Amino acid sequence: MEKAEVKKIKDWMNTEEYKEKNFNRKAIVINPERACQPLGAVLCAAGFEDTMPFVHGSHGCVAYYRNSLSRHFREPFAAVCTSLTEDGAVFGGQANGLEGFKNATALYKPKMFAISTTCMSEIIGDDLGSIVGNAREKGYLSEDISAPYANTPSFAGSHLEGYDSMLNAIIETLGKKSDAGKTDIINIIPGFDAAIGNINEVKRILKIFGINYLVLADYSNTLDSPLNGEYKMYPDGATKLEDVKNCVNNKATIALQKYSTKKTAAMLSEKFGQDVRVVKSPVGINYTDEFLMALSELSGKEIPKELEDERGKAIDSMTDAQQYIHGKKFAIFGDPDMLVGLTSYLLEMGGIPKYVLCSNGTEDFKKEIEDLFSAYSENEGEVYIDKDLWHLRSLVMTSPVDMFIGPSHGKFAAREAKVPHIRIGYPIFDRVNIHRYPIYGYSGVINLTTWIVNKFIDILDDTCDDAHFELLR
Amino acid sequence: MAVNFKEQEGIVEDIISVYSERAKKNRKEHIGINDKETCGTCVAKSNVKSLPGVMTPRGCAYAGSKGVVWGPVKDVINISHGPIGCGMYSWGTRRNLANGEPGVENFMPFQFTTDFKERDIVFGGDKKLEQAIKELHELFPTAKGIIIDSECPIGLIGDDIEAVAKKMTDEIKIPVIPVRCEGFRGVSQSLGHHIANDTIRDFVVGTGEIDESKKTPYDVAILGDYNIGGDVWSSMKIFKEMGLNVVAHWSGDGSIGEMKITHGVNYNLLHCYRSMNYIARHFEEKFGIPWIEYNFFGPTKIKESIRSIAKLFDENIQEKSEEVIKAYEPKMQEVIDKYRPRLEGKKVMILVGGLRPRHIVGAYEDLGMKVVSAAYEFAHTDDYERTTKELENGTIIADDMNEYEFVELANRLKPDLVASGIKEKYVFQKMGIPFRQMHSWDYSGPYHGYDGFEIFARDMDLAINSPSWKLVKPLWKK
Repeated sequence: MEKAEVKKIKDWMNTEEYKEKNFNRKAIVINPERACQPLGAVLCAAGFEDTMPFVHGSHGCVAYYRNSLSRHFREPFAAVCTSLTEDGAVFGGQANGLEGFKNATALYKPKMFAISTTCMSEIIGDDLGSIVGNAREKGYLSEDISAPYANTPSFAGSHLEGYDSMLNAIIETLGKKSDAGKTDIINIIPGFDAAIGNINEVKRILKIFGINYLVLADYSNTLDSPLNGEYKMYPDGATKLEDVKNCVNNKATIALQKYSTKKTAAMLSEKFGQDVRVVKSPVGINYTDEFLMALSELSGKEIPKELEDERGKAIDSMTDAQQYIHGKKFAIFGDPDMLVGLTSYLLEMGGIPKYVLCSNGTEDFKKEIEDLFSAYSENEGEVYIDKDLWHLRSLVMTSPVDMFIGPSHGKFAAREAKVPHIRIGYPIFDRVNIHRYPIYGYSGVINLTTWIVNKFIDILDDTCDDAHFELLR
Repeated sequence: MAVNFKEQEGIVEDIISVYSERAKKNRKEHIGINDKETCGTCVAKSNVKSLPGVMTPRGCAYAGSKGVVWGPVKDVINISHGPIGCGMYSWGTRRNLANGEPGVENFMPFQFTTDFKERDIVFGGDKKLEQAIKELHELFPTAKGIIIDSECPIGLIGDDIEAVAKKMTDEIKIPVIPVRCEGFRGVSQSLGHHIANDTIRDFVVGTGEIDESKKTPYDVAILGDYNIGGDVWSSMKIFKEMGLNVVAHWSGDGSIGEMKITHGVNYNLLHCYRSMNYIARHFEEKFGIPWIEYNFFGPTKIKESIRSIAKLFDENIQEKSEEVIKAYEPKMQEVIDKYRPRLEGKKVMILVGGLRPRHIVGAYEDLGMKVVSAAYEFAHTDDYERTTKELENGTIIADDMNEYEFVELANRLKPDLVASGIKEKYVFQKMGIPFRQMHSWDYSGPYHGYDGFEIFARDMDLAINSPSWKLVKPLWKK
């Protein structure tokens, strides 16, 4: 095409008129930031001892989940499937299920198969319960191997519901109520969190508190295993199955995300009568304070001075740097709980969360963000649910922002908007080691502030004239 | 060096001994020991169903169509038709580079999906698809075609995407092409390649006007180069220097316009045989256009390929081709002199798709390296026929090799480098074995052509000889 013609069309794509057309679409989704249920289910499974994610479906699906998770974590990610083909569509997938258990047991010797489904097995209507039952009866699946199963259709919800359904199934299947009464242990459910740094930070906080805890779906070690010359398909440090069995007798459960733990939280509370607290993801000072107060209340322990000092240091880092964030506009996108936390943090810093866009957000989530805007009298903020990054592009091209924060897929719109992009969330495919650093807790506040502010300062240094290229920033 | 077949057979027997009788019988047929003299075509059984539960490396037909063949065509919109996941996972993950303004001339950095919900499964998605196509045409008026890449549900719920495509083609006046590449079809990506080739045959080939005034005796098309990390560009450079006129490149950095006029070329040059032999055969049968396979990995194979292609043309091209070979020789010698001493004798294990386990062997050999096992994800008999002569006797050849077998084989063969994909990368790195992703060139490339070989050599060296590997064992355990 002629250059002038290309430019004409591109300019039109940056107009209000185009934005209106773009927001009017009903059927096509363009650049969404959302994955499907089974991906969440297999991630959840990776947090349990000697557990093999077992996906009832075609192998293309599993290849995709493994690719995606390996790219983000830069770690091996094992998962098997039943390799359904056309025959499965006609005759059902039971035969593949049975053979799959047998082969995977012979090769990979798991203690548990965490079974989830795909579009195909859902549509052909396979009954996981009867497949597992028949497999046990006919000797394809040993009684020694646990086999919780969850329906995780890709055409409903997102990776968040898949995570939730798998976790719910694992705890419900393994959990055994004991007569001995409650322990003093507090269960922690991180939710679908692709930052292992967050899980490690929460564990560090609990250790400082001196609280006995159990992380449910703890993949902070299995997806961050040491490179020492030995490959372990099931690395050490995952949640022990024996602990899952007892987790329903623990004193309380704290869920660190709301939108990826609904089913599990309800099950623990309704079926096992557990005290379940769903806190805001502890991003920023306020939500970290709230988390610590919940811990203090549930454990009966005072908030340790060590953590209060950490808080003071984090506040120090914020006030040292707040001038670089105050009044700056941000476009943030990704999973809902992370966005609630980030919005709160940015408001604490005097930043403007101009666009908060969530492809898998609910009305409930929207209200949470709007309440935050009101609390800070933030009039410029806008929140979008069920929208995608092509919508976001229209927003930032018509009314610009200073920075993007969200997963890697945002990079295309950020480039067109000519603004920096801080990678947070899932997936991050184009930066290394970010997921090892927490955004949770007071340490997370320091990390966020460091990344955001130094990025602004780098840009200032890269773009200013010689006269303004100053030593002091 | 005499080959100890018994020893190799023993390794294979040992590895497959853990399977059930039924699975063992199955897998035994897929793993062979290369013997150029006697083995012929029978080295490994292929293109049949994977065993459930073994952790096959294979993908699906959708991946073969959207991910491989149709995906890289830059000026069309690929709709991942169905639920959200497939399009999400295949968004930008194959590194098919393309020039052109995003959203206007180039739709590579996009994920378009009809994002099926429960109601679409229950009531069907044809209306949604039609609406989606209308919206796309309005938002992206310069798109030159719309490809409907079917995900699993489409075939299972009985949608009639062909009818929608036909209606929309008439309405928006650009090709709207239905592709039945549902992931459950066939046994691997491979059927997806075939299905995509067939749709190109049915909806694209021969539909363009050939401008006779622009035709030359040297018009060729490149088939089966997906421009991973810029492969097409480094290959085109050589063809141009040979005096050939590359009219179309399928499908990396390619356009549907080029595909429409490919029937005007004199020869089709086929790089990835597995994914595009179908369309090459069609051009031969319908338009009488001969095709020739070539291999642009490493100077030895490049030289052979240049000469065999040049033979198809007149003396002018043959002379120029010899000049090209001569011109690059000093540079290639320099690369080999630099890297061969650092790589000589190093052992490589390969597991890639349907072409590279044989195609990259020569490039490793140019660097003095030795391929000790070669495995394919989704090859067919004709691929194994082509493989056996590329490898030394005694090399273990495997079809649809799963993770267990791959790891166990590495434990026994003790490679210095493993060349495979992202799913395998970190497994071997945990074992302390250097690794290169050979689907995506590990975010590097190009690897094709003379320019590509220099990068290939550098990358293999930096993988194997990185000082970081020497740190794996702590001082107190050495």
